[in-house]
Amino acid sequence: MRPFTMNVVQDMREQNILALEHAKRDNRKVVGMYCAFAPQELALAAGAIPVSLCGARHEPIAAAEKTLPRNLCPLIKSSFGFAITDTCPYFRFSDFIVAETTCDGKKKMFEILREYKPIHMMHLPQGTDRPAAVAWWLKELKILKERLEENLGVEITRQNLREAIKLCNRERLVMKRLHEMNRLDPAPLAGLDMLTAIWMKGFNVDKEDGINQINQLIGEIEEIAASGQSPFRPGAPRVLLTGCPVGIGSEKVVRLVEECGGAVVCFESCSGIKTMENLVDEDEEKDPLEAIAECYLKIPCSVMTPNPGRFELLGRLISDYQVDGVIDLTWQACHTYIIEDVNVRNYVKDNFGISSIQLETDYSNSDLEQLKTRISAFIEMISGQ
Amino acid sequence: MHTVGLDVGSIMTKAVLFSDDAWQSVVMPTGYSPREAGEQAFARLLRECGLTRGDIDVIIGTGYGRVALSFIDKAVTEITCHARGAHYLVEGTDMVIDIGGQDSKVILTDGAGNVTNFAMNDKCAAGTGRFLQVMATALGCDVSELADLARDAEPAQISSMCTVFAESEVISLLAQGVGKDRIIAGIHRSVATRVAAMAERLGQGKRITFTGGVAKNEGVRECLVRELGLAIITVPESHLAGALGAALIARGKTPAPPCPFQ
Repeated sequence: MRPFTMNVVQDMREQNILALEHAKRDNRKVVGMYCAFAPQELALAAGAIPVSLCGARHEPIAAAEKTLPRNLCPLIKSSFGFAITDTCPYFRFSDFIVAETTCDGKKKMFEILREYKPIHMMHLPQGTDRPAAVAWWLKELKILKERLEENLGVEITRQNLREAIKLCNRERLVMKRLHEMNRLDPAPLAGLDMLTAIWMKGFNVDKEDGINQINQLIGEIEEIAASGQSPFRPGAPRVLLTGCPVGIGSEKVVRLVEECGGAVVCFESCSGIKTMENLVDEDEEKDPLEAIAECYLKIPCSVMTPNPGRFELLGRLISDYQVDGVIDLTWQACHTYIIEDVNVRNYVKDNFGISSIQLETDYSNSDLEQLKTRISAFIEMISGQ
Repeated sequence: MHTVGLDVGSIMTKAVLFSDDAWQSVVMPTGYSPREAGEQAFARLLRECGLTRGDIDVIIGTGYGRVALSFIDKAVTEITCHARGAHYLVEGTDMVIDIGGQDSKVILTDGAGNVTNFAMNDKCAAGTGRFLQVMATALGCDVSELADLARDAEPAQISSMCTVFAESEVISLLAQGVGKDRIIAGIHRSVATRVAAMAERLGQGKRITFTGGVAKNEGVRECLVRELGLAIITVPESHLAGALGAALIARGKTPAPPCPFQ
C-alpha cells in the first residue's frame, strides 16, 4: 500500500515553483545551493529561501557538453546544462548561489558558471584530521555571511542564526525519523518513494510546511507498518545504497533494484541519511557560526581525505537497517567516489561478511539492460538463489 | 521430472532439456528476434525429445533475451545460471570465466555452484565474442577458424580496447604487411588481457572453468592461461553452461501458482 501523502509529495517540485514565484513577487530573496556542505542556516538567517539546485536529469547534458568535456560526471554536466539553458526555475529564481570547492570538476565548472549568476565559492578543507580544519571552515562561513549580507542587503544576527539552526535541526530530525521507518522489516515504504520524499525537501519554500507534510507521511507509514503491510514481497533482500548523489531524474538504479525484487531500505548518499545524522549544537553559550561549522564538516563525503566518517556511518547503518547487500553507485568520472569504492568493498566484506557491488553509470538509458543483468544477479546472489 | 533451460544469447540461442539424469540440447542462431528464437528453440527441443509443452514441469529463461520470453516460468540471470552449469560440467569449479557474444563475466562461486561475487565488462564489445566476430570479418575469415589460423604465432601488439578502434588498428597492421596469424594472435591476447584483469580484481580461483561461446576458441584459452598463470578447463559443452544451469535451477523449483495480479 502506498501512503496517500506521496501523491502530494511527488509533485512538490512543480507545486513549489508557484510558491517561489509568489515569494519573489513579495521581494523575498532566493539562495541556490548545490551541495550538502552549503549551510542553509545562513540563507535562512538572512531572510532568504534556500533551494536545492540539483542537476539530476539527463536532458540538459547535451547542451552542457558544448562547453564542458564529455568525460565529466553527469551531475556536473546536468547542473551546468540546466543553468545555461535556463530550464531550471530554481536556478532562474536564485538571487545568489553558494558553491563549494568539493571535487575538481565542480570547482572549475563554477568558474564558468560565474558568467550567469553571482556565485560565492566556499573553500572546503581537504580533510578534517588537521587541527585547523574547523577554524578554516569557520572563517569560510564568516566570509559567506558577509557576502550574503552585502548581496541581499540584510544583517544576519546571532538571534536569526539561532532560530535558523533550530528550524533546520527540526527538519533533520523529521527527515531522519522518516528514513528510519524503513528500519522495520518488512520495510513499509518503497525505496523509490523514500527517495522522492527526501529529495523533495530541497524544494520547500517554507520549511514548516515541509516538516508538517513529512509528519503526516510518517503517520500514514506507521499505520501501514502496524497492519504489517509492505510494498515488497516477503523475503526481499534489503539493500543499502551508498556513493554519489542520487535524485529524482537520476533514480534509475533505485528503480531497477526494486524492479528486480530488492528493497532499497537505506540511502547513505548525500540526499539521504548522511546529512540528517548530525545536528547543529543549539547551546546558547556557543557561537552559532562555530556550531554550524562543526556540524557541516562532519559530512562524510569522498572529497575528504581521509574519510573515516563514511565507514563509521556505513557500519552503523548496515546493522541498524539489517542490510543484506550494499550497492555503491558511482557516476562516471566521479574520481573520488569511484576510487573510494575499493575501501567500501573491503570494509563491508571484512566487517560484515555481506556482499557489495559497484555500479558505474551515467544518467542515460543506454545501459539499462546491462545494469539490469548486474543488479538481478546481485539480488539473486544475496538472496542465496 | 522434465525441466527446460533456455539461454537466449545475443548471437546464439541454447535450449537444454533435463529428464532425470539425461539431458539433450538444441542450438540455433538468435537472429533479430530473441522472442522468436526462444520459441523456435523450445519447439525444436520438444520435437526432438518427442515431448509436448504439457510434459515440461518448469522452464527457466536466461541470457540477454530472457525478458522477451513470455512462456517461461521464471527468468534467472546468466551469471547465476553459468555458475550452476559450470559446476555441473566441471565439479568443484570455483571461478567461471564466461565470454559470450556481447559481454564477458568472471564469476566466483562457493565450489558448489552458488555465486559469491562477480564482475562484468563495461558497456562495450571489447573482450567479447562480438569483438572476435568483427575482427574475423575484417580479416576475411570465419570466427571458428581464428584459433587454427593463429597457432604458434607471435602476437602482434593490438593496443586499442575499443572494437571500432581495434578494427582500424587491424586494418593498418594488415597494410603494414603484418601476418594474419600474428594479428589474430594479438587479438586473442587483447581479449584475454582484458578478461584476466577483471578476474584478478575479483580474486583467485583454484578450479577455473571457461564457458560461453568463446571458450571454443583454443587461442583465447591459451592466452588466458598465460595471463593468469593458472590452468583453465574447458569442456565441449562449455557453450551450453547457461542453459544447463537454468534447467538445473528449474529442477529445484516447484512451479509457482498462477499470480492473480498479473
